Amino acid sequence: MAGDREVAFEAEAPAGREPGTGPLLSLAGIVKQFPGCRANDGIDLEIAEHEIHALLGENGAGKSTLVKILYGVLRADEGEIRWRGRPVAFSSPAAARERGIGMVFQHFSLFDSLTVAENIALGLDQPESRRGLGNRIAEISARYGLPLDPHRVVHDLSVGERQRIEIMRCLLQNPKLLIMDEPTSVLTPQEVERLFATLRRLAAEGCAILYISHKLEEVRALCSRATILRLGRVVGRCAPAEKSARELAEMMINARLQPQNFAHRAAREQPARLEIAGLSQRSAHTFGTTLTDISLRVAGGEIVGIAGIAGNGQAELMETLTGEQLSPQAETIRLDGAAVGRLGPRERRRRGGAFLPEERNGHGAVGTMSLAENAYLSGAVRKGLQRLGFVDRGRTREFALEIIAGFDVRTTGPDAEARALSGGNLQKFLVGREVLQNPGILVLNQPTWGVDAGAAAAIYTAIAALARAGAAVLVISQDLDEILMLCDRIAVLAAGRLSAPMPVGEATIEHIGLLMGGSAAPSPARDAQAAQGGTAR
Amino acid sequence: MMLRLEPRGERAALWVYGAPALALVCTVLITGAIFAILGAPPVKAIETFLLSPLDTLAGVASVLVRSAPLILIGIGLALCYRASVWNIGADGQFTVGAITGGGIALNFPHAPFALLYPAVLVAGIAGGMAYAAIVALLKLRFNASEILTSLMLTYIAQLLLVWLVTGPWRDPHGFGFPQSAMFPDAATTPDVFPGTGIHLGCLLAPLLALLVWLLMTRSTLGFQLRVLGAAPRAARYGGFSQARLTWIALLVSGGLSGLAGIIEVTGPIGQLTTSITPGYGFTAVIVAFLGRLHPVGVIFAGLLLALSYRGGDAAQISLGMPNAVTGIFQGILLFCLLGADVLILYRVRLRRRARLAPVAATERAS
Repeated sequence: MAGDREVAFEAEAPAGREPGTGPLLSLAGIVKQFPGCRANDGIDLEIAEHEIHALLGENGAGKSTLVKILYGVLRADEGEIRWRGRPVAFSSPAAARERGIGMVFQHFSLFDSLTVAENIALGLDQPESRRGLGNRIAEISARYGLPLDPHRVVHDLSVGERQRIEIMRCLLQNPKLLIMDEPTSVLTPQEVERLFATLRRLAAEGCAILYISHKLEEVRALCSRATILRLGRVVGRCAPAEKSARELAEMMINARLQPQNFAHRAAREQPARLEIAGLSQRSAHTFGTTLTDISLRVAGGEIVGIAGIAGNGQAELMETLTGEQLSPQAETIRLDGAAVGRLGPRERRRRGGAFLPEERNGHGAVGTMSLAENAYLSGAVRKGLQRLGFVDRGRTREFALEIIAGFDVRTTGPDAEARALSGGNLQKFLVGREVLQNPGILVLNQPTWGVDAGAAAAIYTAIAALARAGAAVLVISQDLDEILMLCDRIAVLAAGRLSAPMPVGEATIEHIGLLMGGSAAPSPARDAQAAQGGTAR
Repeated sequence: MMLRLEPRGERAALWVYGAPALALVCTVLITGAIFAILGAPPVKAIETFLLSPLDTLAGVASVLVRSAPLILIGIGLALCYRASVWNIGADGQFTVGAITGGGIALNFPHAPFALLYPAVLVAGIAGGMAYAAIVALLKLRFNASEILTSLMLTYIAQLLLVWLVTGPWRDPHGFGFPQSAMFPDAATTPDVFPGTGIHLGCLLAPLLALLVWLLMTRSTLGFQLRVLGAAPRAARYGGFSQARLTWIALLVSGGLSGLAGIIEVTGPIGQLTTSITPGYGFTAVIVAFLGRLHPVGVIFAGLLLALSYRGGDAAQISLGMPNAVTGIFQGILLFCLLGADVLILYRVRLRRRARLAPVAATERAS
């Protein structure tokens, strides 16, 4: 994080808190009860004008519930919201926006085939003339360092640019408070810097920011105050810059974290268990990325990470590895030496593979089905959960219980519907489902996407233990910190091409950032669509 | 004040089963109003329509007989729709099943029952399957919407039937009426209780419903079909072939429709005529949804819709209502059901127009 900006921010911050003015927003005793779960249990929170305030907490801590109450999506059962000292209740997001609260969600809601300006116009509560809007977009662009060409079509834009559209939508409403939900999880390090500059600029001009993140280093660099939630209660308030990342994490999960060093320097002489050789494939999707000449060997005991921004071929590579998309030649993919490129997912599992796609609901799991049924979805083959054409319900239940117990999944039991679980909990269940099949080769796409620190730590530990036991693990992730901490070697996927893997110890953030941007990619001519369009997330 | 729909964020278990009940109540009220407009006393008309058919044993038997094809087709459609395969052409598969099975019956008039009757049933099932197979082929080979192809094939089947019974299969001793000869006794669906008209199909329908329920909830195939319907990408991730499952869903529902068709013509009708179905294949769509795509629910829904056919007859006879009341009742029922199903995913809120209501007012509303 740029040090000079931090200094600048600290110089501006005190000026914002004019003596005598109360907080911009104060929540007192917010309670929200869901069936079987008290998501918010008497939460107090104060946000001052000009402040960048962090909301930290594990998944299931009540962050999203609180923010949804604040933004008018949910209504609190008890408690009071005061906006500039006056009690309010927002009955809808539109009402919250009218008061000056804007929110940028983790998942964007944009139309891929429309232009930037059209997308922004569609999101406005009050219609505006095209020209007036264009002028305001240009003005805000210049003022906050949000470069956006209103006439470009969204599917050509990078994730960072798409996020700018969402921020622009909020800024057009002249917000007094901007809520950002996990905004950096999809950005390159360079894009993160740029976003932070914008946020600091906004705060300096009087717009308070509520920043939700699990990336503790970012919170430390950006936020002046933090409120930490656990199990629906406030468990701490602090100035994050004065605490170490570990101290913050420990407050969040109420446990001392073991210093973790997952990298274990596997003997690379071991034979490759997963081998990708000269894989080239056109995408099955309209705006997909073509994979070009991808080769990679992952040995037993080794964890290899594939970094890169989503839409650069991750989804296509994953589908080709799971067998959902067959590869043109059998020899391009080998599991323990067996050519499996033409085999489907079940055959690959039988040969030792286990896979977990990025999308939990609707891909890795069926939201409307029970955990037991979801355990069966990918576990049937290796765990022998079928008998004579019938589902062995007893063993399926046992397997689900084993996952729930082994991975500390918080749920009412194997009959709970998958979508009733919080993101982190469901992800723990799914990782557990794959790991407990004891695969020889494990491939994961974005294993901790939208997952809190505690659940992520559990997932890392399980992956590392599996590798230590001799499995080959391939992790596709946008989270660079995750790859650097977990993996032995790293390669970068950009525009459908994979860079040569290098040991994590020899990789620098700058070099990886450049590879991610595609500048160091060997391909001479990239078409913009392949580079950035990607499959809509 | 205005009504507003708010997403619940989850399915309300109460309304999954409450919606059909609410829909039925609304349908009765609306139908009553229509009766009143037509000049009949609404309470008496509703009573005639929904209750009078059950007054006599013969009436109950006739409702059971009417329900058999609806249930047989309905369970197949429920299976299909669970897998998100939208077969709308059950009426055509019903008709083709009646034709293929009927063809066997007409061509082997002297074969013994033990040989002929099973052969006729199998031919009927095969006919329905083959007709549904066209839909599967067009969908998987050319990505053609099964909704359109199955619907259009229905009309072709009906025209085929008309051509057969006015042409090559017309009964030479039938005074020129467009109908085939009566089927031989050896190709007649036997009555379970002699003299009542309650035939084998009335017994077979609930049994097959239980069988399909077992298939859907307990077997690996049923699991795969449900995953395909709920999340097609998860089905691919699981390694379940969408093509194979689509084939199975269409063949099973086509087969069951064909079975319903051949039982209907070898049972209550006894021959092939130009009108062997009063739209059973379409009414069964309502049956499937009213039964919550659950084979056991389909049994109850099938009985209710069968009652509406019978009630339509009764209203026609004793109140002089037009024949269309049955169709109106069924249409309103489907309409109300689709409307009531909104309650599964949304809750209705009464609220003031003001957007920035103070705390107290909005809290009262919740």
